Amino acid sequence: MDTVNLDAANYKDLLKRYIDTQDEQSLYGAEQISKLFIKNNVPPEEIINLHIQALSELYPNLSEKTGHSMNFLLETMISYGMAHQEYQTLREKQLELKTEIAVAAGMQETLLATTKPSIDGLDIGVISVPAHQMNGDYHHFIKGRDGSLGVAIADVIGKGVPAALCMSMIKYSMDSLPEESMSPKAILENLNRVVFRNVDPSMFITMFYAQFIPSEQKLRYSSAGHEPGFYYRKKEDTFEEIEAKGLVLGVSSDANYERYEQRVEKGDMVILLTDGVTECRDGDRFIESEEVLEVIKGYAHLPAQDIVDHVYKHFERLQNFQLRDDFTLIILRREV
Amino acid sequence: MGLQSCVNINKEWDIVGARQMGRDIAREIGFGTVDQARIATAISELARNIYLYAETGQICFEVIDNINQKGISMIAIDSGPGIRDISQVMEDGFSTSGGLGAGLPGVKRLMDDFDIKSEEGKGTEIRALKWVR
Ligand SMILES: Nc1ncnc2c1ncn2[C@@H]1O[C@H](COP(=O)(O)OP(=O)(O)OP(=O)(O)O)[C@@H](O)[C@H]1O
Ligand SMILES: [Mg+2]
Repeated sequence: MDTVNLDAANYKDLLKRYIDTQDEQSLYGAEQISKLFIKNNVPPEEIINLHIQALSELYPNLSEKTGHSMNFLLETMISYGMAHQEYQTLREKQLELKTEIAVAAGMQETLLATTKPSIDGLDIGVISVPAHQMNGDYHHFIKGRDGSLGVAIADVIGKGVPAALCMSMIKYSMDSLPEESMSPKAILENLNRVVFRNVDPSMFITMFYAQFIPSEQKLRYSSAGHEPGFYYRKKEDTFEEIEAKGLVLGVSSDANYERYEQRVEKGDMVILLTDGVTECRDGDRFIESEEVLEVIKGYAHLPAQDIVDHVYKHFERLQNFQLRDDFTLIILRREV
Repeated sequence: MGLQSCVNINKEWDIVGARQMGRDIAREIGFGTVDQARIATAISELARNIYLYAETGQICFEVIDNINQKGISMIAIDSGPGIRDISQVMEDGFSTSGGLGAGLPGVKRLMDDFDIKSEEGKGTEIRALKWVR
């Protein structure tokens, strides 16, 4: 129905028709006009003015008091009009910001990009999905010249743009480390100093760093206060928590990190994650870690990448497709 | 250029006086009801700021009568504390009423032309102008 338009004559006709018939069709017309008003940013005081004009043309003998009352109504609408205009400006600004953040998110993606390497005898699955536009989780693979695989998984306490900026710094620092010669312990100690010196004290970063050495079938790792991962023993078909103590990055200038080691048997899996996985919510209830493990177990016969994809889909659905926190899950499995 | 008429702002009641004078002038030179109401609202905002932040000051009106257009110009002057960061004050959502579209950014939108001069510790001068459509 595009016969509606905003001119005064049209409003007057519609008003007249309604006063004469009080039919629903005129009210439908009013609804259409109302939408047009909004679309064209007509402030409420102008609408009342339109009404006053229409009334005085239709009923020139209307009482003076009615006229005064309409003017009074018009005055009370002025502030609504101002608030509406501000709302319009803020809406435009919000759109601008959204576009800017989308560009920043794209840059971040390029900056933090890491490719899943192929290591003989190791099946790797990884998924990392931001809750909002920018990801506050970080993971990185480094293939050493000696055939080892370095895996970093990190989480900034905090979300959105500040967290993302922080992660870019971590990535830059890791790139400038003298690479594969370094142990997980040394890498974390190094990063800790960088974070301590450069990051706002209110911002903390947790990281788990693991190194898989194929020649020895060993996993070496250290943790900086990161959400504990899990170790799956194929033979017993059981999971156990990977225990690793260590201070969150950036709290103390000279934090020391312990080194841990674990032999990896055929078919065993190393599961690394961020708290976005273990703190998924089902309604108001936080899920238990066991639930994550149950789901993983359910897909354990699949390749590692399919497992992580399925686990993500499971919890995405459980949370009605609205992630509350960035979600990163990595699975390493020694192939049989 | 017409004559200047001024209202002193010393107490809250004077805000009403300033509105009245502004509205009378606006009506006389041909502003419609809606614009009269907008002008009165702009005056209120400026006068209330004087009353709240500078305690005393003045609002003056001037009729502008060019060959092709007529308008009303108002100047709010005080020797109060001044505004340190004008850009910040002109940002939407900064005013204490927060997000209701009022305050100085609101005045700017209600009028056709708007200008602030202010020096910390010396005072504030705000000019605003609206043309008859
Ligand atoms: N004449 C003035 N002298 C000194 N400071 C002023 C003056 N006018 C405004 N300000 C300062 O600028 C700020 C913003 O003024 P503005 O009128 O936009 O919002 P507000 O007065 O805080 O809230 P409201 O929306 O209720 O008007 C004030 O909080 C005050 O600090
Ligand atoms: Mg104010």
